[in-house]
Amino acid sequence: MITAAASMSALGLGLGLLLGAAARKFHVETPPIVDELEALLPGTNCGQCGFAGCRGAAEAVAEGTAPVTLCPPGGRDVALQLAEVTGSDCGCGAAGGADLSGMAEAEPMIAFIFEDHCTGCTKCFKRCPTDAIVGAAKQIHTVIWDACIGCDACVEVCPTEAILLRRKPRTLQGWYWEKPAQPFATRGTEAVS
Amino acid sequence: MIRFSLSGLKPSTLFRVRGGVHPETRKFLSAGSAIEAMALPALIRVPLQQHIGAPAEPLVKQGDLVLKGQLIGRARGPVSANLHAPTSGKVIAVGHFPAPHPSGLPVPTITLRPDGEDRWGPRLPRLRPEDAAPEEIAARVAEAGIVGMGGATFPAAVKLNLRGKYPLHTLILNAAECEPYLTCDDRLLREHAEEVADGAGIMARALGVARIIVVVESNKPEAASAMRRHNLGMGYPIEVKVVPTQYPMGSEKHMVKAVTGQETPARALTAELGIVVHNAATAHAVHLAVRYGEPLISRVVTVSGRGIARPANVRALIGTPVADLIAHCGGLSGEPEKLLLGGPMMGQPIANLRVPIVKGTNGVLALSPSETHRSAAMPCIRCGSCVQACPCGLTPFELNARIQADDLEGAAEVGLLDCVSCGCCSFICPSNIALVQGFNFAKGRLAEKQARKHQQEETKRLAAARSAREEALAEAKRAAMAKRKAEMAAKKAREAAEAAAQPDGEVVK
Amino acid sequence: MKLPQVASGPHFHSMFNVPRTMVAVMVCLAPATGFGLYQFGWPAVLLFAVTLAAALIFEVLSLIVAGRPVLPFATDGSALLTGWLVAMTLPPWAPWWVGVLGAFVAIVIGKQVFGGLGQNLFNPAMVARAMLLIALPVPMTQWVAPMGLKDGPGISEALRITFGGGPGYDAMSSASVLGHVQSQLDAGRPMPEILSSMASLHDQFFGLMAGSLGETSALLLLIGGLCLVSLRIIQIVTPLAVLGSIFLLSGAAWLIDPEHFVPPLFHLASGATMLCAFFIATDYVTAPVTTAGRAIYGAGIGALIWVIRVWGSFPEGVAFAVLLMNAVTPLIDTYVRPRIFGRTRSGKPLPLAASAGEKP
Repeated sequence: MITAAASMSALGLGLGLLLGAAARKFHVETPPIVDELEALLPGTNCGQCGFAGCRGAAEAVAEGTAPVTLCPPGGRDVALQLAEVTGSDCGCGAAGGADLSGMAEAEPMIAFIFEDHCTGCTKCFKRCPTDAIVGAAKQIHTVIWDACIGCDACVEVCPTEAILLRRKPRTLQGWYWEKPAQPFATRGTEAVS
Repeated sequence: MIRFSLSGLKPSTLFRVRGGVHPETRKFLSAGSAIEAMALPALIRVPLQQHIGAPAEPLVKQGDLVLKGQLIGRARGPVSANLHAPTSGKVIAVGHFPAPHPSGLPVPTITLRPDGEDRWGPRLPRLRPEDAAPEEIAARVAEAGIVGMGGATFPAAVKLNLRGKYPLHTLILNAAECEPYLTCDDRLLREHAEEVADGAGIMARALGVARIIVVVESNKPEAASAMRRHNLGMGYPIEVKVVPTQYPMGSEKHMVKAVTGQETPARALTAELGIVVHNAATAHAVHLAVRYGEPLISRVVTVSGRGIARPANVRALIGTPVADLIAHCGGLSGEPEKLLLGGPMMGQPIANLRVPIVKGTNGVLALSPSETHRSAAMPCIRCGSCVQACPCGLTPFELNARIQADDLEGAAEVGLLDCVSCGCCSFICPSNIALVQGFNFAKGRLAEKQARKHQQEETKRLAAARSAREEALAEAKRAAMAKRKAEMAAKKAREAAEAAAQPDGEVVK
Repeated sequence: MKLPQVASGPHFHSMFNVPRTMVAVMVCLAPATGFGLYQFGWPAVLLFAVTLAAALIFEVLSLIVAGRPVLPFATDGSALLTGWLVAMTLPPWAPWWVGVLGAFVAIVIGKQVFGGLGQNLFNPAMVARAMLLIALPVPMTQWVAPMGLKDGPGISEALRITFGGGPGYDAMSSASVLGHVQSQLDAGRPMPEILSSMASLHDQFFGLMAGSLGETSALLLLIGGLCLVSLRIIQIVTPLAVLGSIFLLSGAAWLIDPEHFVPPLFHLASGATMLCAFFIATDYVTAPVTTAGRAIYGAGIGALIWVIRVWGSFPEGVAFAVLLMNAVTPLIDTYVRPRIFGRTRSGKPLPLAASAGEKP
């Protein structure tokens, strides 16, 4: 009885020590995911997330203090990618979940300048993170659609409220057919493929 | 399930193509009526983009008077096409108008009010193709704004300029017209075989090839015999090959396979096999442009379907509103279930009769419910008809399952991007599943994703450039400040030194 | 004018749709069924009607429970066809509840539990047949000799046989051909002697012997099946593969040892071979979709049928063979794919030089 207990304890102690030693010896620093997250973010430091630049946002996401849905210009795609890197502990589930469903609706936005109100103050032009606004002092400014990410930075600084975010207009080139409704789709089943 | 065998046709000249379907062709509705002219419409609308590539740049503004054949839109970039005024008249607007497209989205359009005189402006100078250099011919075709008239609308001159890049040996003239209902190429060959042959010869010269094959489906014997009578184009012998009536025989790569047995590799051009395929109507347009200096301002359109009172083939000006064409053919008889531009398999549905026909419009169809055989959609029963019918060797039912499950990348893995949207699978599907629409959706979504990714990278680049610039500016500022500071300090030091030196001047000395 | 709704092409459709396909299969199945019903008389007719009605009722009930639209699915003909096939596999004089149970297993467990039309992994009729065979070995192996509608029991007697659960009829003792062969072989008698003691090949081919409805007239089933092929509803490859592999395997075995193996034509004409080859192995939902896949699938079924008949404990192996191959269908579909146009089998673009080399 005593020998059995003693041998079991010794065995447990020995194996426990071995495990502990192995954990120390083979300890691997968890790779910092901040860099990885930062690479996924737009990198424009537009500040819409409330953090100091994309680096700050990436750090917050890595710590778990910010949701993966924090980046409005990145939209659903970036949120999904962030969720993938941080894993499913972000509270949004692998497939997107409830948190992302709101983002799916968010369409790409774009800045419009009301030319009547524009005074040519160049504030927006200086603030734009992607140089999407062109213009000169005392001249009406214009937005280059292809470069605009709809980050809201220019709207904030405009003294005459001449800038507005609008939904990006749909063009023939970007148009495609809607997904057809599946007839009598059964829940969660599909043809064996 | 649906396969064709070539036994019974001329042996050894044709090759088997996988899949395909045999829809009722219903060409008898319009095949008997000769190409007719129509009265000038009240308005003509010329969209700036009627071709693949960049839209043309408008050269006219509101209020301008234009003459027939005058250049009103100039090609922008290497893949684009010129636009010409289809008739003389006044430009009443250069703005946006709904596109002849299922979306009905507004596109830049020049609207003309014809003056009724149909007065020609100066034509392009005549060219004797026998003496002209291949480059000159291609340049003339480009000037005339000719695009592929089978529906793909790829600028024809770009294809004629492939000479230097690939070792070309054969020109295939596509007159298969495998889409049901359409008879415009059939009539063109029957009535203008000589011109088509000449156009083919001109193109052969531009391409530097010696072999011309005209491909006609077996249900158009008159067209084939007309071409056999005119079997010389500019001295080049023209072979006529009759292929079995089978959809989609007119698909470029499948036609090349059927005629030569060569299979174009995925994502490659037929030109890499030395073969260039052009539409028969394009050859006719080339003939007109090169021999007579006439730009592409009209085309033959089949107006057909049981929803049309008097189906016909009409030579219509580019930009003629669909409503005028239908009115010319006696109007609609009853309410059509479908209104289409193009054929019933790959044509585009439209929801607006005021949209114009464009260079690629080969048909205007009004289909009555009795023709469409539409029934309610059911779940997939895995019958495999779509797999048997797919000419591209895909498994459409599986693609559809993946797309319905939002696994677009998975669909791309099993060949989504090799789909040509020919419609065989949807046509044959007993469950009436909208397979092609799903594929079009998935392709569009994937392209959009690609574009977005590209834009994200571009944004990153822009942001990086901006921060680098700002950094450089700040650095320059700092450097300037430091320099000034240093100067100031140096000055101060000098002054101090001088001040200090003065009283001790003697000592230094 | 009301403008039509805009949807992507193609804008017209072939004449085929699901209900038409199902009806066509039933029409092609009708001659053999009709002949079987005539041969086995009123009890068979009653059982057939009960099974079909039960299949339809279970389908409707399942749809209601699942909250799916009833009308389009109940009228698509698939439930009737399944019920029909179940009835074809039952002993014609079995009591009514065997038919109802078969319909229940086929429709509810075999089909609706998987998600309804197009979703089931296993052939519902064969699921029902296999389950009944295991659960009810006695009623499922009580065969009668055919005696024709006129000479058989009248309607009232038929009602008693089917619904009354009365004692077995005298003729119930008759064994099916394959069952007879197996029991005789087990008794150690040589094959030629067994064969000479039973119905001739001719009788089997025309359906003049005991068995289930579907085991009777191989000829009429063959004709119906060929009609399906000519209507392009099924591909000839599946039945050819099934029959071919049975014929080759049994032929080879018979040539080696004619004392212990049944001759190949006997295999083809007896049992549910024809029914399986043309109407069960060709079931869309549970078979592979490519031609090559169907060939593999058919050959597998044929081989399994023969193996089960020769070495298995059941005289007839169609149901088990089909179910086993059903399980392999997803695997076949994954690996047997058509070659994509312009690509090699492995999915890479065709090499230019190779395709240019085919130049005529």
